Amino acid sequence: MSSKTLIRTTSALALCLTASAAFAQDTTITIATVNNGDMIRMQGYTDQFTEATGIAVEWVTLEENVLRQRVTTDITTNGGQFDIMTIGMYETPIWGANGWLVPLDGLSEDYNVDDILPAMRGGLSHEGTLYAAPFYGESSMVMYRTDLMEAAGLEMPDAPTWEFIREAAAAMTDRENDVNGICLRGKPGWGEGGAFITAMSNSFGARWFDMDWNAQFDTQPWLDTLTFFEGMMSESGPAGYATNGFNENLSLFQQGLCGMWIDATVAASFVTNPEDSEVADSVGFALAPDNGLGVRSNWLWAWALAIPAGTQQADAALQFIEWATSSDYIELVAENEGWANVPPGARTSLYENPNYISVPFAQMTLDSILSADPNNSTVEPSPYVGIQFAAIPEFAGIASEVSQEFSAFYAGQQTVEEALANAQAITSEAMEAAGY
Amino acid sequence: MATQHSRSAARFMMAPAVFLLLVWMLVPLSMTLWFSFRRFLPLRGGDQGFVWFENYTRFISSSAFWPSVQTTLIIVGGILLISVVFGILLALLLDQPMWGQGVVRILVIAPFFVMPTVSALVWKNMFMDPTNGLFAHLWRAFGADPVVWLSDAPLFSIILIVSWQWLPFATLILLTAIQSLDSEQLEAAEMDGAGHLSRFGYIILPHMSRAITIVILIQTIFLLSIFAEIFVTTGGAFGSRTLTYLIYQRVLESQNVGLGSAGGVYAIILANIVALFLMRIVGKNLDA
Amino acid sequence: MARAVSNPRKALNTAIAWGIGLLIFFPILWTILTSFKTEAEAIANPPVFLAFDWTLENYAVVQERSNYMRFLWNSVFIAGGSTILGVIIAVPAAWSMAFVPSKRTKDILLWMLSTKMLPAVGVLYPIYLLCIQLGVLDNRYALVVILMLINLPIIVWMLYTYFKEIPGEILEAARMDGAGLKEEILYVLTPMAVPGIASTLLLNFILAWNEAFWTLNLTAVDAAPLTAFIASYSSPEGLFFAKLSAASTMAIAPILILGWFSQKQLVRGLTFGAVK
Repeated sequence: MSSKTLIRTTSALALCLTASAAFAQDTTITIATVNNGDMIRMQGYTDQFTEATGIAVEWVTLEENVLRQRVTTDITTNGGQFDIMTIGMYETPIWGANGWLVPLDGLSEDYNVDDILPAMRGGLSHEGTLYAAPFYGESSMVMYRTDLMEAAGLEMPDAPTWEFIREAAAAMTDRENDVNGICLRGKPGWGEGGAFITAMSNSFGARWFDMDWNAQFDTQPWLDTLTFFEGMMSESGPAGYATNGFNENLSLFQQGLCGMWIDATVAASFVTNPEDSEVADSVGFALAPDNGLGVRSNWLWAWALAIPAGTQQADAALQFIEWATSSDYIELVAENEGWANVPPGARTSLYENPNYISVPFAQMTLDSILSADPNNSTVEPSPYVGIQFAAIPEFAGIASEVSQEFSAFYAGQQTVEEALANAQAITSEAMEAAGY
Repeated sequence: MATQHSRSAARFMMAPAVFLLLVWMLVPLSMTLWFSFRRFLPLRGGDQGFVWFENYTRFISSSAFWPSVQTTLIIVGGILLISVVFGILLALLLDQPMWGQGVVRILVIAPFFVMPTVSALVWKNMFMDPTNGLFAHLWRAFGADPVVWLSDAPLFSIILIVSWQWLPFATLILLTAIQSLDSEQLEAAEMDGAGHLSRFGYIILPHMSRAITIVILIQTIFLLSIFAEIFVTTGGAFGSRTLTYLIYQRVLESQNVGLGSAGGVYAIILANIVALFLMRIVGKNLDA
Repeated sequence: MARAVSNPRKALNTAIAWGIGLLIFFPILWTILTSFKTEAEAIANPPVFLAFDWTLENYAVVQERSNYMRFLWNSVFIAGGSTILGVIIAVPAAWSMAFVPSKRTKDILLWMLSTKMLPAVGVLYPIYLLCIQLGVLDNRYALVVILMLINLPIIVWMLYTYFKEIPGEILEAARMDGAGLKEEILYVLTPMAVPGIASTLLLNFILAWNEAFWTLNLTAVDAAPLTAFIASYSSPEGLFFAKLSAASTMAIAPILILGWFSQKQLVRGLTFGAVK
């Protein structure tokens, strides 16, 4: 590029600077959302909403971690960048309690708020007021390869124990052919491996805090949980499971490299979709395992739409939420993409629909969701709400660091005792800083 | 030529840049200092008044602090070492006569144009993924077990990714320096029977010393605050948490702005210690 | 120092240099190739290099999902605007430092560089609150100013080193001829400094284009550049290598092309005063 052309380009750029194109639209709402498949599908149908209401929609689609960072900064500072935020079951009650979200009590009668699954509604409310409407909800369950299970001469019970899972995993493992008996999340991050191990620890009788908010990582159940997990994964798990999260495991399972996978119920529609999955026709489902202590290891989560209190467009935002989380939207997706692809886990009526309940994973998803109780998630009493998290503001920070310690143990960088001691120190330190 | 007139004109011309940078430095800095003395928990009641040095003692006494400083220095040092050593070698190579020099030069500098997020994503997924990554395929082809890069060699992986981005920059500057070398001097040395090594050691390297210090200075400024590469790849796990990342965890994940701000002040102190050290060297060179 | 060398020597140089060049370029090449594969081919083992069914499907999907042109335009606007504004402010400053140096010139220069050392994450909340107060969140002009400030020290420094290499005698000669300060800058200095200014523009355009913290955190819709665009493709559910590659290619292609066309300029100008 010669200097002359460079100068010319530069001046052209400078000209453009002065001519900024800004369009004014009647009503436009801005929605921050996560880049999950169901959300992206919804973006495709947004035109129909705009046609019906005249409300234009701008999407800000971000990867989960970036999304959290963006919406949290914006909500705590009252930045007003978004009219709808996609948040989860962890954020909703905390933000609602702080008065940062518009209560969803103006929902229309047609919307039928009572149709929302009670577990979801409970988890997205604070003191009885709903602050976010679930777009889809999930628990976790066992997904397994029926063909491999049969080859191993085993039969999966509807409600397996951890011991059975471990034995089955060992029996299905075939290192020669890269088949791992079991794939589980070990990836650091409170929403990744942290969520899994916390939910799993519940069934081993562990808890994050005792009733006085003291960290409990120095207790036997945590040691048992981590030892069992690491033992099973080194026997039958994939190499490098310490960096595997939902995505990595999904792709492993779809390629036929996992015998079992315990993860979000929404994954069921991905692993049974013949377009993406090589094992679509040989997947079975079972409840997440337990240890006979009365608590299973499944979690409860919802991606939900909420309206930040700082918005100028609360009415339009509510209209959108009604549209996106309605039964009509579910039918719209069913019509175009089939029942297996509708956003699951949010509404009771979906599971009463004969078209849906015949989908192979529908009943097990519902059973898993129904068996999860965020208010009563641990064997011994705990002061917090939430299964794979504790709904206090400090949890995300603490748990992301704690899960890093755990992952370092899975990767062989420290012993289980070191990991737990570090977790205990991190948690105690942070809880003290927060003034507990 | 420094008349009184031009002196005041000079001040006048410098004023906008100096003033803007002063504001840009002072406003965030004073806000950081302010917050660092306060208990500020956005998710738990916001700003709750002065706690003075509590955040500072808490941040420095945290078990994560010193390891994070160490990690920062290892990562920055590793990248500097790689980019300077390989930068010199590449610059020497590119200076040799060859066919298609322009194209090779383009190939070598291309990574510098790739945004950090993209390069981290591409490396993490398409190369370092233990199942589907290209390295895993390669390792398997030779009958070896794939390396789980991000947990088995997290610092190496990050250094590799960032070095890939910054090596072109170093190469470019060093190449310009070599090209400015008087070829007669080299030829004279060759006539005198100086071998390749001694020519390199006595003529080329001293000539490049200034360029090397500049590469180190500029890269250090950028590398001390690398964030995207760690955020995308390991998320600070497996001992790859730098000071910058620790601050991120305090501010955004733990939502403790006061504590994070205190960390920010420590980071500035660390950066200035490193800078002072560097400026000593570069400062000398800037006089030349 | 182009010396005459034998052809075998030249061939050897060529082979080694091309080998290393291709190795360094390979990740980019692989990304571009993968963007034309299907998701299944993208993870195939053994990997396919060229013999796959080339498809534009991924680009279609990305284009359908995001308004690429808007992200692109914002990137051009922000990177271009901040670079030009930065140079406009830096030229006089660098000029006076180079030609009317005082005892403090070097200190000022080093101080300017040190302003780059405050870690961005540490000041996210202060800056975010400030932007709310000023009402400039998700505003392209605000990002132009912020990125200008971030890169200003580098710009001043680069320009300073170029200006210093301009011999002072020329200025004195011009002054003898009755040139004022304005003429001096416009007709004598600027033409001599054009290569330097050009490479300064280029380098800072690249740096601003690739800045991924502020451009991501201070934008939502109107001002979101390509760094935000890529954040929506980073790790979705299911197989995503091919789509990620397509999005990555779209994010880096413009700057890559600009860089290639201007690489001679960049090579000549990127000296930071390193050449004496």
